[in-house]
Amino acid sequence: MKLSGLEPLVFTPNINFVNIGERTNITGSRKFARLILNGQYDEALEIALDQVRGGAQVLDVCMDEGMLDGEYAMVKFLNLIASEPEISRIPIMVDSSKWSIILAGLKCIQGKGIVNSISLKNGEAEFIHQAKTVKKFGAAVVVMAFDEVGQADTYERRIEICERSYRILVDQVRFNPQDIIFDPNIFPVATGMEEHRKNALDFFLGTKWIKENLPGAKVSGGVSNVSFSFRGNDRVREAMHAAFLYHAIHHGMDMGIVNPTMLEVYDDIPKDLLERVEDVLFDKRDDATERLLDFAETVKSAGKKEVVNEAWRSDSVAKRIEHALVKGILDFIVEDTEAARLELNNPLKVIEGPLMDGMNVVGDLFGEGKMFLPQVVKSARVMKKAVAYLEPFMPLPEEGQEASSLKKILLATVKGDVHDIGKNIVGVVLACNSYQIIDLGVMVGSQKIIDEAIKNKVDIIGLSGLITPSLDEMVNVASEMERQGLKIPLLIGGATTSRIHTAVKIDPVYSGTVVHVTDASKSVPIAGEAISEETKEAYRLQIKEIYRQLREEHEAKQAVKQLVSYEEAKANPVEIDWVAFAPIKPNVLGNTVLEDLDLSILRKYIDWTPFFSTWMLSGKYPKILEDPTVGEEAKKLLADAQAMLDRIIAEKWLSANAVFGLYPVQRSADDVVVFDSSGQTLASFHFLRQQGKKGKGVPNRSLADYLHPVKTDYIGCFAVTAGMGMETKLAEFQAAGDDYNDILFKALADRLAEAAAEYLHEEVRKNYWGYSTEESLDNDSLIREEYPGIRPAPGYPACPEHSEKETIARLLDLEASAGITLTSSYAMYPTSSVSGFYFANPESRYFGLGKIGEDQVASYAERKGITLQQAERLLSPNLAYSPAPILS
Amino acid sequence: MQNRTESLLHAVKNRILILDGAMGTMIQRYQLTEDDFRTAELKDHPKSLKGNNDLLSLSRPDIIKQIHREYLDAGADIIETNTFSSTTIAQADYELSHLAYEINLESAKIAREVADEFSAREPQKPRFVAGAIGPTNRTASLSPDVNDPGFRAITFDQLAEAYSEQVRGLLDGGSDILLIETIFDTLNAKAALYAVQDVFEERNIPLDPKEGGIPIMISGTITDASGRTLSGQTTEAFLISVSHVPLLSVGLNCALGAKELRPYLKVLAQNAPFYVSAYPNAGLPNEFGAYDQGANEMADQVRDFLKEGMLNILGGCCGTTPDHIQALAKLAAEYQPRKIEEVTEEEESNV
Repeated sequence: MKLSGLEPLVFTPNINFVNIGERTNITGSRKFARLILNGQYDEALEIALDQVRGGAQVLDVCMDEGMLDGEYAMVKFLNLIASEPEISRIPIMVDSSKWSIILAGLKCIQGKGIVNSISLKNGEAEFIHQAKTVKKFGAAVVVMAFDEVGQADTYERRIEICERSYRILVDQVRFNPQDIIFDPNIFPVATGMEEHRKNALDFFLGTKWIKENLPGAKVSGGVSNVSFSFRGNDRVREAMHAAFLYHAIHHGMDMGIVNPTMLEVYDDIPKDLLERVEDVLFDKRDDATERLLDFAETVKSAGKKEVVNEAWRSDSVAKRIEHALVKGILDFIVEDTEAARLELNNPLKVIEGPLMDGMNVVGDLFGEGKMFLPQVVKSARVMKKAVAYLEPFMPLPEEGQEASSLKKILLATVKGDVHDIGKNIVGVVLACNSYQIIDLGVMVGSQKIIDEAIKNKVDIIGLSGLITPSLDEMVNVASEMERQGLKIPLLIGGATTSRIHTAVKIDPVYSGTVVHVTDASKSVPIAGEAISEETKEAYRLQIKEIYRQLREEHEAKQAVKQLVSYEEAKANPVEIDWVAFAPIKPNVLGNTVLEDLDLSILRKYIDWTPFFSTWMLSGKYPKILEDPTVGEEAKKLLADAQAMLDRIIAEKWLSANAVFGLYPVQRSADDVVVFDSSGQTLASFHFLRQQGKKGKGVPNRSLADYLHPVKTDYIGCFAVTAGMGMETKLAEFQAAGDDYNDILFKALADRLAEAAAEYLHEEVRKNYWGYSTEESLDNDSLIREEYPGIRPAPGYPACPEHSEKETIARLLDLEASAGITLTSSYAMYPTSSVSGFYFANPESRYFGLGKIGEDQVASYAERKGITLQQAERLLSPNLAYSPAPILS
Repeated sequence: MQNRTESLLHAVKNRILILDGAMGTMIQRYQLTEDDFRTAELKDHPKSLKGNNDLLSLSRPDIIKQIHREYLDAGADIIETNTFSSTTIAQADYELSHLAYEINLESAKIAREVADEFSAREPQKPRFVAGAIGPTNRTASLSPDVNDPGFRAITFDQLAEAYSEQVRGLLDGGSDILLIETIFDTLNAKAALYAVQDVFEERNIPLDPKEGGIPIMISGTITDASGRTLSGQTTEAFLISVSHVPLLSVGLNCALGAKELRPYLKVLAQNAPFYVSAYPNAGLPNEFGAYDQGANEMADQVRDFLKEGMLNILGGCCGTTPDHIQALAKLAAEYQPRKIEEVTEEEESNV
């Protein structure tokens, strides 16, 4: 069989099994369904892209959903796929139970795809008509083992229906037999029902019969069905999938839908489990199901207690090293590395041989979605330990001789920014893929980046940043690189960076390749394309073209974005019923410092969901722990985190401080003047107002609206840090090359800082301010913000301008009271710190400022006493217009 | 007497067949004015019609016949009808969609008449008429609007309908072959193939020429050195995407000169279960958009792929003239045509 997208897919004996990506099947992927139903096609496209990058060779697209106009959705999505060459590279499987949707889909694909599916269910006439039509469109076809009587559920019925279908297709329709794919129904086994006992065996034998008797025909199926009765027991399911697939392929199965994350390696299935699984699959004994169920129970009740299997210790040294790397086991790595060193008689060969081979396996598994980030970071820890052990044995590199042929990547968090968790993760992932990482750390100026890049002859420069001012600094680095004549590809990453910002602001100032990297997993293929001799120029041009188009689209959108004038916006504020709610005077006015907060209390306030997303495990806590894909890893990660928290608290690895002030204020339009208790003016805060055109009854919000327009009201500001004294422990981890614990510790410190903010806010509401004395909320309700009032932070959507932090710092005397300093870009140090305002009004809500016009920016500059250019720089992500270039 | 399909199949098996050269280049030589493009009925047509070359089949059939004759004199076995843009879609630019069927019918009749003239004179060298089916000026798998990649200016159904009408006209006028050419978007070509199958079903014409069907030729266009069609397909992917119909030939034309076309022709020669055709441009255009590769230079470049036995049908596209075709015909007579290896996929997958 030959298929095509933009590129060919030819079935040869070398292709053992063709994997069909099906996360773009609305019935199989909840996330995809949600995105399509919400009309978020661009994000849905990302799923398709992930499938391709994850190794899918055919993309199944299904839009069968009651709430959806399936034809419209199919056409729209396939047309969008056609505009993404990386996705449309592979053939499309048009999947629907509705014939009209299949037709609509066939009319959108220029390549040779697959129709999924047709069958004899409604008789021969319809079957023949549909097959003829598929042939006219030039597609291959999946034929379900289904006829007028029903679905084939025995060996005999499978071959009867498949043979009949085949004869009609080949003899009457003259369908190319190579293009016929049978789906002989994979049904669950070990259900306890007598009639299901032969489901797997009949599939195997049916497959074998088809391959022997129906020349040219192929066999496909959805593998996960087979383990349906063991839902919730991934260990058993993974083993069943692996064993089933192994035998199905041996019997001739050509292609199918397999979730790579739910698949054990056949050879790695423990012998006792494999025996029981195969007993079930082949229906070898009457009590096969009971025995597998019993075994499943033991796996379940054993829970987290991993069965320690030491059999791998008797493998060859290279295999042992690979196992240790893949499984992240530190215990034997020094011993094994020493054995390899003695065997190879050359420490460098140990690195380039077994260690690098093992890391390549890790990189591949991660690329295929078979390993998750926390596992990869653990692998890197093992690698580093092995390399550290070898270092004393290494010969000194001779002058002028490169010690290694590895491609080099320079990573840095830009000047003014101190956040590095994401950058470190990218470093680890790239290191696993045979790149040498030169990490310049945080707060790195552009000249240092350029000098080090030249000195080390790096192949790629990666810039990272978390706060919005870093976006400008990245533009600066890029334009300096251009000015100094560099050609090195530039990768852009970090929480506030985006494809659109990269396209609009960074790409135009640098003639080399500039690529935005959405997350660590994308860094590997991007780095590969950007520096490979064969692809780099084509890639540069391709990305430049994509970004040029994005810029054009962006400009087109800017033009249509409707803003109201600042005056009109001010005339449409949040209307608050000041009769029903009068400002409440805080119990304690002025500043309060709380030193050395009790970490064991803060721990209870931790919101774990963002912790998991730091590790690229997506899902809400605690549901994520039961997630079929990432649940196991999430559980392990949480266990490690809890264990570290125990030690953080017991051994005082860090301390947390808080300071807050509550003040009387007088609002004046969007400004707020702050007084001390004696009425002396202390400072002013300047807020911004939404200027997007709103529907009837929807206000143009400003945080100032939550304060009384004429009477004295009250505001709070606060800062907390949970990062004091972390350096000692971090230095220890870094010395040991232990990225895993380094990242874990930083991520936990961030969580503790957020927890401290949550805890402090509650204390303020109930006691210090005392406007909500009655509240009694558990942590979930706190996370859902079910209390009155808000605590927006400068630099976040409601008040995105960072320099207001300076005013907070001055009011609270942050450096003296809590040990927190601000960088030139207004990032707080220590990194694990949080600051913000308190608003008590029960009507107050979080919102996003969005784009604002030049009139408001001019007003803001005047109110703040800065120049228009300064204001434009501070507000650049929110400008609805392109400011005039600064002429020097 | 053998019917024309049989004699075509016989001829293409035994020698390299010669297709004609550019129509537009030849028309330019006549330095026509607006009046030349107007038939009596179109005297008051509101749109300018100059440049609508296909319309000349109605307004100046003498010129079109003369050009066909010159190519046949130069040694062409197959002449293409003057219908590259004769779909309702392409003619809409001139507000002449309603004439699409008639242009196809008349163009085919003209070519038929001249070809029969030559066949009668030289019965040992029968001449054939290929009904030319161009790509239209719209693409079904690309958006013309960068801001809206999901948008399409034309649908598969609209294309299939327009092509059906063209095919009916070409068949009614007596075409021996249908030539779907200059394919820059494979989805357009698939719509054309769909339309052809529809019309054949409607008229009970078998699809396979071996069973007496009207042979179908397919010719794609590789737009640049990326080796891909405008819609992004590699040559092999393009081949796979159109192989569901038992074609007479698959090949490449336009956009590139003979030298540049060679690597992609090789892909077809190695993989196609059909005959292989090529009709390159006379080199690459110069700065003024004109083609100045001479007949001998082009023949020299073509010699390379004839030597390797890559071709069955050879001709010229933009910039080629009867001189080019004469040189190519002379050259082709020295070489053996490519043999189709009867390798089934089944055998392949047992290797």
